[in-house]
Amino acid sequence: MCYLITMPREPIATFNVERLRILDEAGNADDALMPSLGEADIRRLYELLILSRTFDKRAISLQREGRIGTYPSMLGQEASQVGSAYALAGTEWIFPSFREMGMFITLGYPIHLLFQYWAGDERGLRIPDGLNIFPVCVSVGTQIPHAVGAAMGARIRRDNRAVVCYFGDGGTSKGDFHEGFNLAGVFRLSLVFICQNNQWAISLPTGQQTAAATLAQKALAYGFEGVQVDGNDVFAVYRAVRDALVKAENGNGPTFIECFTYRMANHTTADDAGRYRSAEEVEAWRGKDPILRLERFMSKKGLWNESYAKETAAKALDAVDEAVHQAENAPGPAPEEMLDYVTASLSPRQKRQRDEMMQTEWT
Amino acid sequence: MAQLNMVQAINLALREEMELNPDVVLLGEDVGTDGGVFRVSEGLQGLFGAARVIDTPLAESAIVGTAIGMAIYGLRPVAEIQFMGFIYPAFDQIFSHAARIRSRSRGRYSCPLVIRTPYGCGIKAPEFHEESSEAFFCHMPGIKVVVPSGPYNAKGLLLSAIRDPDPVIFLEPTRLYRLIREEVPDGEYLLPLGRARVVREGNSVTVMAWGSMLHRAMEAAEGYDAEVVDLMTLSPFDEETLFASVRKTGRVVIVHEAPHTGGFGAELAAAIAEMEILSLRGPILRVTGPDAPVPLAKLVDHYLPSVERIRKALDELMKY
Repeated sequence: MCYLITMPREPIATFNVERLRILDEAGNADDALMPSLGEADIRRLYELLILSRTFDKRAISLQREGRIGTYPSMLGQEASQVGSAYALAGTEWIFPSFREMGMFITLGYPIHLLFQYWAGDERGLRIPDGLNIFPVCVSVGTQIPHAVGAAMGARIRRDNRAVVCYFGDGGTSKGDFHEGFNLAGVFRLSLVFICQNNQWAISLPTGQQTAAATLAQKALAYGFEGVQVDGNDVFAVYRAVRDALVKAENGNGPTFIECFTYRMANHTTADDAGRYRSAEEVEAWRGKDPILRLERFMSKKGLWNESYAKETAAKALDAVDEAVHQAENAPGPAPEEMLDYVTASLSPRQKRQRDEMMQTEWT
Repeated sequence: MAQLNMVQAINLALREEMELNPDVVLLGEDVGTDGGVFRVSEGLQGLFGAARVIDTPLAESAIVGTAIGMAIYGLRPVAEIQFMGFIYPAFDQIFSHAARIRSRSRGRYSCPLVIRTPYGCGIKAPEFHEESSEAFFCHMPGIKVVVPSGPYNAKGLLLSAIRDPDPVIFLEPTRLYRLIREEVPDGEYLLPLGRARVVREGNSVTVMAWGSMLHRAMEAAEGYDAEVVDLMTLSPFDEETLFASVRKTGRVVIVHEAPHTGGFGAELAAAIAEMEILSLRGPILRVTGPDAPVPLAKLVDHYLPSVERIRKALDELMKY
């Protein structure tokens, strides 16, 4: 570091940025750091990881067959999504970006609706009552102030409820990230910000997104805690989010969790990552696969064997098959629906447009 | 009843609605301790506390973005953008989110949000303090745009805006803030959104205006058999009242201070041409600001439509 002024100075604030990892690549867990998860929880986490990956693979193949539209894969990021969502109590409000299908699946979002949405049917984003998830936010980082506002709303209503917001490394460059973080810090709100740093914003590597050594440290400038976790370690992600939620519920302010992970797939099905990153880099991350790591851990604990793996894979495949069937057999949306939800009631002009739409024969 | 100016009338509306409904909260720059730079929210933080009258950091996108989050959470936030010229950083939040949340969620979530902002020319302030960019917001499906023209309708329209189930941009003409006093009743009266009012009846020509230009239109109409219509809501505008007046007079002059090209007058002219062209006896004329950025104080009188320019348009149109 090169300083502008070389005269003696007194440090007035010092900061640390820490990284949490519990499960290493060989499948060894640090018992001192392990969150309290029973065997049933660990099996459930594994099954959700498999289900998420099965969904993801199917979505990509459906896109290739022209059966759904452009789709952003979560391959490699499953632990960040499943681990964080599994830590939620179900009372939180959740503001996702667009690459969190693993989070949706973990929270019990109907999978057929996800396929319907990515096939271009907006009814797939009609969040079922009882799930406080906000619709997918395609405009990068712009959901961050919404989460802040919901947390302000919870405080005004005196609801003891945390708000969770997901975004990616690209989002940390947006003005809404900085404005939202600033407000979260100023008002000391009950928020958990979860950034999946998958190291690529389409073609831009994190090193070109920011000059900072970590994304986690950006929270420190706004007066609250930021921590980096191994995003391919489902236990570390779970633990960090669980701790941050408890902290939020106790009124101790926001936390920023940077899940350090890797986007193994293209940005979306419309992208070709081979244009901007090396096969060697991707290959190096293959060994850090979050599912492989959990399998090794479970195998050592006697929780995993080939027949359990086969059974889990078959169950996931059945669920995905059924969801695709349901999505593809749903009657299509009526054209006039595009007007029906613009506002609570239609203007006279919108009524005419709607009538005209209903009278038009589409061939 | 009291004689109030528009600042006092809006303050009264906010106070009464906050007393009535604990979900109504104010947020924005300097709205709390300072009572707003125009004193519109004066005294409200003292009455309702800092949790409901929230001084925010200087960040327009976050003001609107957090207000959206509050609205979908179930509150009725009233966000203030200090001047319309500073609303542009929040444009993304308004257009990409406030306007679309009901639609995107297929009705699961709604965004009952009011964004108040001082608007228009004539207070000798620096650049960006005198903008009138209402047309941008009228182009956004899902957003209502309301412009009061006096203390009485400011209160009644604001109450309706706060109770509306969808987002409303509420544009407060700064020139009128302290210019006029009117009888403003205490207590609830709601002026419905989407309704215009005929301010002056006439038979030969219709002058359409809103906000501070309404008063110039009224002055210009003296000596003509002119009907003057105050739009009050620009989006959705009151087709019924406007078209009825066009059918009666057959002549239309539209007055607004925003630039000519793509101004809201263009939408009105197109709608009249589409629906009522056979009622017209002559061209639809627009008296507007020129296609130039709003000038500073020395030239602003040359920018704003004057009574003389409106009369010239009336004279021109009366030849048909």
